[in-house]
Amino acid sequence: MRSNLKWVFAFILMATLIPVLAQTSAPNPSRKAKETGVAQGGLAQMAHGQEVFEQNCSRCHNPPRAIPPQITGTILRHMRVRASLSAADEKALLRFMAQ
Amino acid sequence: MSMCSLIRMKCPRLVPLLAISTLCACAASAQYAPYISGGGGFVTSTRGGNTTYIPLIAPELVASLGDRLLVESRATLLESFFPRGGGQAGYKHDAFLGLTFLQADVIASRHTTIVAGEFLTPFGTYNERLSPIWISNFEEAPLIYSIGTMGTASSVGGMVRGSAYSNSSVNVDYAAYFSASSTNQQFNAERSTGGRASVYLKRARLEAGGSFGRLLQDRHENYAGIHLWWEPDNSHLRLRSDFARAPHAYGYWAEADYQLARFGGDQSFIGRFEPVFRMQQTFRSAVDFEDGLPAANTQKVDFALDYHLPHEVRINTSYSRQLSSTGNRNIWQTGIVYRFLMPLWREK
Repeated sequence: MRSNLKWVFAFILMATLIPVLAQTSAPNPSRKAKETGVAQGGLAQMAHGQEVFEQNCSRCHNPPRAIPPQITGTILRHMRVRASLSAADEKALLRFMAQ
Repeated sequence: MSMCSLIRMKCPRLVPLLAISTLCACAASAQYAPYISGGGGFVTSTRGGNTTYIPLIAPELVASLGDRLLVESRATLLESFFPRGGGQAGYKHDAFLGLTFLQADVIASRHTTIVAGEFLTPFGTYNERLSPIWISNFEEAPLIYSIGTMGTASSVGGMVRGSAYSNSSVNVDYAAYFSASSTNQQFNAERSTGGRASVYLKRARLEAGGSFGRLLQDRHENYAGIHLWWEPDNSHLRLRSDFARAPHAYGYWAEADYQLARFGGDQSFIGRFEPVFRMQQTFRSAVDFEDGLPAANTQKVDFALDYHLPHEVRINTSYSRQLSSTGNRNIWQTGIVYRFLMPLWREK
């Protein structure tokens, strides 16, 4: 019984320590640079998508408070027809709404 | 006979085929599920002491089939309660159920979408962009609304439209259509043709465009219009205007709305208010009982104060003063509108 408790205690300790150690370990510089680049690219895409949204959608209507993710593509295809969005603007908006 | 009954009678195998293709198309991508959108509300309108009460709902169904096909439809269902008049007490009521449009859109190329079915007539900006109840700031359409929309506001036939040219600073779009004559109750349209083209300067947020329409039956008339929209950058101000000309009358409307989101954000008590002002004038050169415009020169000013409640609910209130040689009148309107948007089925 006592040996079982030891194993349970050891498991809990490991389960706690592994994520903590993983978080505090020094990051790989090349991976960090890649992640930063991706993040910056994502931010730039998001800013562009926001701009496209303001230039096109909010001219006619206020945006809905919440858009279920499973219909974002259908909404944008609808607005491409309705608001004569260009194909590039549709893609930028789709990326923006997916983020 | 409805289209569904027609399909069921003429092509019984088409029904399961359509259902299967819809399901397959939607299952292909998680972002392309069909959805139902629209608005429902309750509005009142008081003219000369008589108040009309109208509960209404306008659902819109949109389904994407495959990569290039979109099917969309909007209907309006309302019940109108109005005074009996003639010294009689009490109210009468009328029900209305109508299909606003039912169209299939084929995205043929980067620049072209082909539309077939019943669609909103592309003339000016109000009909296609601002007429839904969950978008319009005023419950009443502009006085010049009937010019170029051929009396029915919908056309039955085909249309090509799209973005002709677009880059980071400009977008040029176009729409050209042909409509057949239809006397069907749900697909009522005049034989006509026309279109609209506009240039949108993205950085200045300025749009200018022109519309043309020709009625190809009975009176064979031409209609023309221009529009100008401007939303100054980094502000919540929107300026919109339309001018339209018919053979015996012309007129314009200009609207300015400003959401007070600058004061504490759009979720604050003050930021939820949206004052709106609209100015309209119509001028008549000859008597015409069929063009839908007032019988004499008319000026109208509309003041509205809208309030955006949480959960997509909006309260609209407006006062209008109409001045004309045939009589001046006050119009008071109030309404509460709920906008809904939901997938037709839940995500697994």
